[in-house]
Amino acid sequence: MKRPNRNVRNGISRRRAVGLLLTVPMLMSTARADEPAVQIGYVRSLERHPTISLLDKPTPNAGLAGATLGLDDDNTTGRLQGQAFTLVDVPVRPNADVVAALEGLATKGVKLVMTDLPGAAVLKLADAGKAHGMTIFNLAAPDDSLRQEDCRNDLIHVAPSRAMLADAVGQYLVWKKWTRWFLVYGSHPEDQLLADAYRRTAKRFGAKIVAEKLSKDTGGSRETDSGVVQTQQQMPVLTQGAPDYDVLIAADENQVFAGYLPYRTWDPRPVAGSAGLEPLTWDASSESWGGTQLQDRFERLYHRRMMPLDMQAWTGVRMVGEAASRTSSGDPDKIMAYMKGADFGIAAYKGQRLTLRNWDWQLRQPILLADGRTIVSISPQPGFLHQVTELDTLGIDRPETKCKLQ
Amino acid sequence: MQTAMKRLLIAAFAVLLGGGQAFALTAYVSNERDNTISVVDMKSMKTVKTIDVGQRPRGILLTKDEKDILVCASDDNTIQIIDRATLQIVGNLPSGPDPETFALRDSGNPLYVSNENDNMVTVIDVPTRKVLAQIPTGVEPEGMAVSPDGQTIVNTSETTNMAHFIDYKTRKVVANVLVDARPRVAMFKHDGSQVWVSSELGGTVSIIDAAKRVVVGKINFAVQGLRADVIQPVGIRFTKNDAIAFVALGPANRVAVINTKTLKVEKYLLVGQRVWQMAFTPDDKYLLTTNGLSNDISVIDVADQKVIKSIQVGRLPWGVAVAAQ
Repeated sequence: MKRPNRNVRNGISRRRAVGLLLTVPMLMSTARADEPAVQIGYVRSLERHPTISLLDKPTPNAGLAGATLGLDDDNTTGRLQGQAFTLVDVPVRPNADVVAALEGLATKGVKLVMTDLPGAAVLKLADAGKAHGMTIFNLAAPDDSLRQEDCRNDLIHVAPSRAMLADAVGQYLVWKKWTRWFLVYGSHPEDQLLADAYRRTAKRFGAKIVAEKLSKDTGGSRETDSGVVQTQQQMPVLTQGAPDYDVLIAADENQVFAGYLPYRTWDPRPVAGSAGLEPLTWDASSESWGGTQLQDRFERLYHRRMMPLDMQAWTGVRMVGEAASRTSSGDPDKIMAYMKGADFGIAAYKGQRLTLRNWDWQLRQPILLADGRTIVSISPQPGFLHQVTELDTLGIDRPETKCKLQ
Repeated sequence: MQTAMKRLLIAAFAVLLGGGQAFALTAYVSNERDNTISVVDMKSMKTVKTIDVGQRPRGILLTKDEKDILVCASDDNTIQIIDRATLQIVGNLPSGPDPETFALRDSGNPLYVSNENDNMVTVIDVPTRKVLAQIPTGVEPEGMAVSPDGQTIVNTSETTNMAHFIDYKTRKVVANVLVDARPRVAMFKHDGSQVWVSSELGGTVSIIDAAKRVVVGKINFAVQGLRADVIQPVGIRFTKNDAIAFVALGPANRVAVINTKTLKVEKYLLVGQRVWQMAFTPDDKYLLTTNGLSNDISVIDVADQKVIKSIQVGRLPWGVAVAAQ
């Protein structure tokens, strides 16, 4: 069986998507009549990919739940200052005209727009939004190109880049002195980019990639009755014959093979990257720095665990609320001016304020390293020093940037 | 350490000879991860007993008559009442969900509780164990303080980043003061003139004029060899004469000693790991600090401004209360 093309893969059936469109209120308003509310748009992808583990199956409200909780928090704070915030949810199906969706928001006067669309669509939104004075918040696309040659002055990156994620893993492995890496990468273009990120990380932090192997996506279904037998055979074959290594790094953004690697490798070695020890913005087991209370509030509202995309959406919506609160203004231009200034920072249950890099508008953030049960560590790691902030040891730093903001 | 011990012995003798105190000085420490309270005898400076309490005990204080210990059992959504004489749980207060911290009015009643998950402050009548009111505040209410004259209650909210001033009589929020990121503890000076609010992620303490309700000053911290982001102020205590403030700096593992006139940090005292809350012994002789990650409390000699002892307690000690007798 041929695996369907990524662009048409969709975990949500058409009927269900339509249902969702009807049930999600287009305007979740808590605005008071006398106050013009700060409108936050959300151009939200309805595309859902199959996952290797049933436990990772994306829910219909992935991202939206986090944004809505962020909106609640903005409004609780706003109520005390006479400010109100609304979320304008614009769900878009795969291959939909995203620019048309954005134009719809422009008609409503929305200038601050969150999106969890893939990189190419984010760029389209950023370019189309320019004419309307919009700022786009990239919640999900990890493409370094969006922070480098394709960077935009009106494009804020809440999601960490591939380089940041790879550096987060790499720093920990170097700290462990597990410096001989076996890199196994998938055949999708994103996997190649992620593999490039790990190659860069290895070079930066003095690790050695002792072998590389391509794992071709030849289709196949999620693990069912016969699947167990298959993966038990396939994964040792895929990973045999490697020179001596400490840890296998999997680069598999589409969840095609990496989830099958732990405990199935030819040599008894740990797995990191797209499976095993994963770099994440959030994990349902994170309880440090008040994480427990965020998890509690989220679970009570949505009856499920908070996923990384929810955290990214929560953070994006809270960034708007925080800047509005500090400026006592609902004017999107004033909000953005403050957010891009030196005083801005957002508390997001990571133990320190998250701030924006002013050379590419990437949100600086610690990265959680989780094994699916616990937080194993949080990068940056001790000993990776920086003259400005240790957070800038993750990803593309100012001296290396190719971004020219305009 | 030897001289410290000698000092302690002398101090202990002084207490005995003084004869004023019938009971040994006792501190009670809530252990968030053990679901226990450690009973610490301050004469021997040892944990002498451990009491099983509800889940995730955090805020802890004594009733005005010192007959009972009150502890927030956060994950049990209740405040437990523990009889000091028998160390048995004798009742509950209807705290509302997820109580974290609380403050008693100086008269001993009512009790103000922050409900972290519900963006509310619950007001409880202690004698009747009834809820008098629930007051909506910001996101993740945390610190609670009552002004010495009992007319104003201050609540901080961690995600809203404000200190909310609540009027005692009307039970309404009358002012909101924006402070730095993730405010934790609010503390009135004994003279009632100022409220100090610690901001864990902002790394500062904001000084709020209690009458005008505006920020009139800010204290910053810097410890040589430590990254700024590990300096996370939490607990605040003033000596009785308001001359010195102590601020616990969380993962910086230090307590800052601040001259309240000059607002200068005069000293950083090295204590246990992730220092959180603090409490004085009567007459301000010692200041006890809970150290969450080293599972102990540090004893600071207030006059000498020195750490003289650390006492092992349970896992993840959160708060501490000391009985005057």
